[in-house]
Amino acid sequence: MSQTFYTKDHEYIRVDDGLGVVGVTEYAQKVLGDVVFVELPAIGASFTRKDEAAVVESVKAASEVYAPVSGDVEAVNHALETEPGVVNEDAEGRGWFFRIRIKDESELGELMDADGYQAYLQTLE
Amino acid sequence: MRYHPLTGADRADMIARVGVSDIDALFADVPQDKLLRAPLALPDGVSELQAGRILGRLAARNLTASQAPFFLGAGAYKHHVPASVDHLIQRSEFLTSYTPYQPEISQGTLQYLFEFQTQVAALTGMDVANASMYDGSTATAEAVLMAHRVTRRRKAVISGGLHPHYADVVRTMSHMAHDAVDDLPADVEAREDIISRIDGETSCVIVQSPDVFGNLRDLRPIAEACHANGALLIAVFTEAVSLGLVTPPGEMGADIVVGEGQSIGNGLNFGGPYVGLFATRQKYLRQMPGRLCGETVDGEGRRGFVLTLSTREQHIRREKATSNICTNSGLCALAFSIHMTLLGERGLRRLAEVNHANAALLAERLSRIANVAVLNETFFNEFTIRVKGDAVKIVEELAKRGVLAGVPVARLTPGTELDDLILIASTEINTDEDREALARGLDAFINGAQ
Amino acid sequence: MNIQGRPTSSVSVDMNPHQTFNGNRALQLEEPLIFETGRLDVTGVDIEAPATVVSRLGAFERKGSLGLPGLTEPEAMRHYVRLSQKNYSIDAGLYPLGSCTMKHNPRFNEAMARLPGFSDVHPLQPQSTVQGAIALIAQLSDWLLELTGMQAAAMSPKAGAHGEMCGMMAIRAALEARGEAASRKVVLVPDSAHGTNPATAAAIGFSVRAVPARSDGTVSVEAVKEALGPDVAAIMLTNPNTCGLFEPQIVEIAAAVHEAGAYFYCDGANFNAIVGKVRPGDLGVDAMHINLHKTFSTPHGGGGPGSGPVVLSERLAPFAPLPFVLKKDDGALALVEHDSEAEGAQPFGRMSAFHGQMGMFVRAYAYMLSHGGDGLKQASEDAVLNANYVRVGLRDLMSQPFGDKPCMHEALFDDEWLKGTGVTTLDFAKAMIDEGYHPMTMYFPLVVHGAMLIEPTESESRAALDLFIATLRDLAMAAKAGKVDRFTGAPFHAPRSRLDETRAARAPVLRWSAPEPVARG
Repeated sequence: MSQTFYTKDHEYIRVDDGLGVVGVTEYAQKVLGDVVFVELPAIGASFTRKDEAAVVESVKAASEVYAPVSGDVEAVNHALETEPGVVNEDAEGRGWFFRIRIKDESELGELMDADGYQAYLQTLE
Repeated sequence: MRYHPLTGADRADMIARVGVSDIDALFADVPQDKLLRAPLALPDGVSELQAGRILGRLAARNLTASQAPFFLGAGAYKHHVPASVDHLIQRSEFLTSYTPYQPEISQGTLQYLFEFQTQVAALTGMDVANASMYDGSTATAEAVLMAHRVTRRRKAVISGGLHPHYADVVRTMSHMAHDAVDDLPADVEAREDIISRIDGETSCVIVQSPDVFGNLRDLRPIAEACHANGALLIAVFTEAVSLGLVTPPGEMGADIVVGEGQSIGNGLNFGGPYVGLFATRQKYLRQMPGRLCGETVDGEGRRGFVLTLSTREQHIRREKATSNICTNSGLCALAFSIHMTLLGERGLRRLAEVNHANAALLAERLSRIANVAVLNETFFNEFTIRVKGDAVKIVEELAKRGVLAGVPVARLTPGTELDDLILIASTEINTDEDREALARGLDAFINGAQ
Repeated sequence: MNIQGRPTSSVSVDMNPHQTFNGNRALQLEEPLIFETGRLDVTGVDIEAPATVVSRLGAFERKGSLGLPGLTEPEAMRHYVRLSQKNYSIDAGLYPLGSCTMKHNPRFNEAMARLPGFSDVHPLQPQSTVQGAIALIAQLSDWLLELTGMQAAAMSPKAGAHGEMCGMMAIRAALEARGEAASRKVVLVPDSAHGTNPATAAAIGFSVRAVPARSDGTVSVEAVKEALGPDVAAIMLTNPNTCGLFEPQIVEIAAAVHEAGAYFYCDGANFNAIVGKVRPGDLGVDAMHINLHKTFSTPHGGGGPGSGPVVLSERLAPFAPLPFVLKKDDGALALVEHDSEAEGAQPFGRMSAFHGQMGMFVRAYAYMLSHGGDGLKQASEDAVLNANYVRVGLRDLMSQPFGDKPCMHEALFDDEWLKGTGVTTLDFAKAMIDEGYHPMTMYFPLVVHGAMLIEPTESESRAALDLFIATLRDLAMAAKAGKVDRFTGAPFHAPRSRLDETRAARAPVLRWSAPEPVARG
């Protein structure tokens, strides 16, 4: 059974058996507007938590996507390279960015759960 | 004042309307002890007639390229530009518009930028070109920074055939950014072994062709060596007309092509404004500096153009931008594009052939003078001569006799062993009489011939 | 994320009931690309036949075709005239782009720049043959120093951003001379700064530390002191700032910066507000670029060429880049192009191949000559008065982010007043196009939500301002009355409706290519 965590920078990580699928949240895609380009990390890249791992661009903005936890990249979503609009269509599903092998699961404790994130979004309104 | 529409009465009314006591009340945030009370040490304003006299006097103190047989090049070339070019670029809608941020009312600028990008890409043999840079030298420095981003390495190898001022600009930028530079010594006869300087640290190799001494360079083996070592080849040109006749750098394996576009559509202007050309391969597109114009459609499905991929740029990316550049050289790019459109491939080739023929005639004539040697095996419209004596003095002396003879190499790189070399350029503007005047002048000064 | 949710796709527009057969709309004529009308065997330039010579091209003669078609002169004239008719321009109407200073571009300046004595001289001619050109550069430089109260000018930077680079390089060189280049690596930049400031600092290896703005849109000396330290090389501050306000604590900020051993770079983009009123040098500025294409009326040309000379304080003057003008004992002027000729100065290097934007120098010189000292001061006062007149004319309908107080040469509004109307800053701006105006600068500065930055310049008459204010008031009232149709999808009367920027960025088409041949069948 997977569990999803969120950062204040609007990344999510869906964790299942030591692996995490990372992307940007539904809220983030709305704020960004039409996504036109996604720069993905290299497979095998090793990140420390809060490292810059990817970049997502709309016409008028570019935002860094930070690694929510430390770990090594095992897979990336190549579909985004040709169809970045998938991030707008299904940010937390088909619009995932990369899969990371989590080094230290205790870091997840620093992140918000779904309720916590919703409450956080309320404070941004 | 002829440029200020407000009258004294307007100002008084408007100050009252704004609700302040006087104009200085609007400057209340300026520290009051710093507000200027004394008048500036500038002359009083003058009428257009009077200003024209003053500027006319200054202009008259310069010897123009049209007043004398003229053979200067070294990065700036005199060509005939059709009268329609200057007429068109002075249209209000081109001259007095801003960067096309509002595409609905800027399609004129955007379309000519799209056409310009296409022309530059075709001329250089590359996939994509940007909407122009400041000039050839700054485009070269930007190309080095781009190569560093692409390769994630930080060492540039600079050919000894690169224009010394271009090399200076690259060195200045590299020094400031703590990037390494491997300089080869001045290479007058294109004999340097640049390939042996390429190693695993090399980000890029910068080679100019025709080089500053006029030699045409074979870029293919250098490109191969670069690619075998994971480095990029930056090809530079300073005479765009050469592309009418020589193999495009893109066909010889260059990864980035940069150059000076002045010689098509733009005058000498004592060094500026000019227009930098910048082209590269599709795969490096997102690492490119500068403005890019792209095709799209409007709400009615009609073709239109917009500035695009601006997330590379400073106004969005701030400290992560690919360059700090804002403007391009829009109006000079327009002049380039109009002239190029008028020439077409057919006219450009013909123009290039005339340039080459004139330079060949001149080289042949000069090589018959005692104590003058033409050093080039190959050239387009510029070559290097070795003279007996101090080249700077000879050029000065010929100028006094009404011949603008060329550029002494020592003007570009003083203190080297090159003080007997002169760069000589010949374009379509030169006549038989011009060539004869230069030949006789050189002969007279060097050999005392009559 | 630094965006404010602007739609970038086009909005589909209903078919015009009076659609013409060929797409033209009277004076608005559709124009294909030159590649669609030109022919490879056509040229618009007659050139005499070349002499017959033995080729010296070696093995480097081009074999293939470039694929570049030509047009004859009448065709080319028509092409570019039609394109020009799709552009807005200062000559046609008020162009209130904040921070861009779209003032009148005198045609006298154009004529002077085209005098052969300036336009037809080569940068490397013997200096004895170009003394008039060098004298003009020297005089212009002296005037810029008088206007700014500074010690030396670097004339070669080719645009504002290039000038910023030059100023920051001079600061780096000064730090190197002090032996502190390695320890001072941080540049302070306020949140409200133009993007070029951090981009410039980063390009030459500085890291950027943000300084927050106060709630009144200015920077406090306390915030600067807080951010200063032994690792700080410089502060980059725009004054008047990007919110259109003069920084009231600028003298204290300069003192704090100097006390901490750092330098003060001032972004001079907004110099048009203060020429002849106050001199940056008197405020403690160490380096400032001057946009000749803003303050001194050289044309913007659809995005360049600009010109960005940099003025330097006594502390930075020795490091000014090559080339620079030196007055010799015999009265002759020399362009110093190499270190060996620099006579004790320590130039940090070279910014570009030649001496700078001579064509722009002539225009700026003609502008200053025409205005004189008093005229330049009057221009600034009028620019500030016009901006305040617009501000006061709109303040009851639109909202000012920092309260109701005087501005410098540009008036800043936010989108608070549009809340709940369904109209955005972007919609409002696009509706201005239909009313015959170029939009103001919008969504800049980033620190103000939905920013609208209006800079009318001194070139507008009172009548022109009254009409502009009346139009914006009509639009504002329409927005507040919920007449969303007027805004969503605007402009309706421009040569193009909103363009699909998303499509342009997702699959970039950056050059024309021949269409694929259609298979017959």
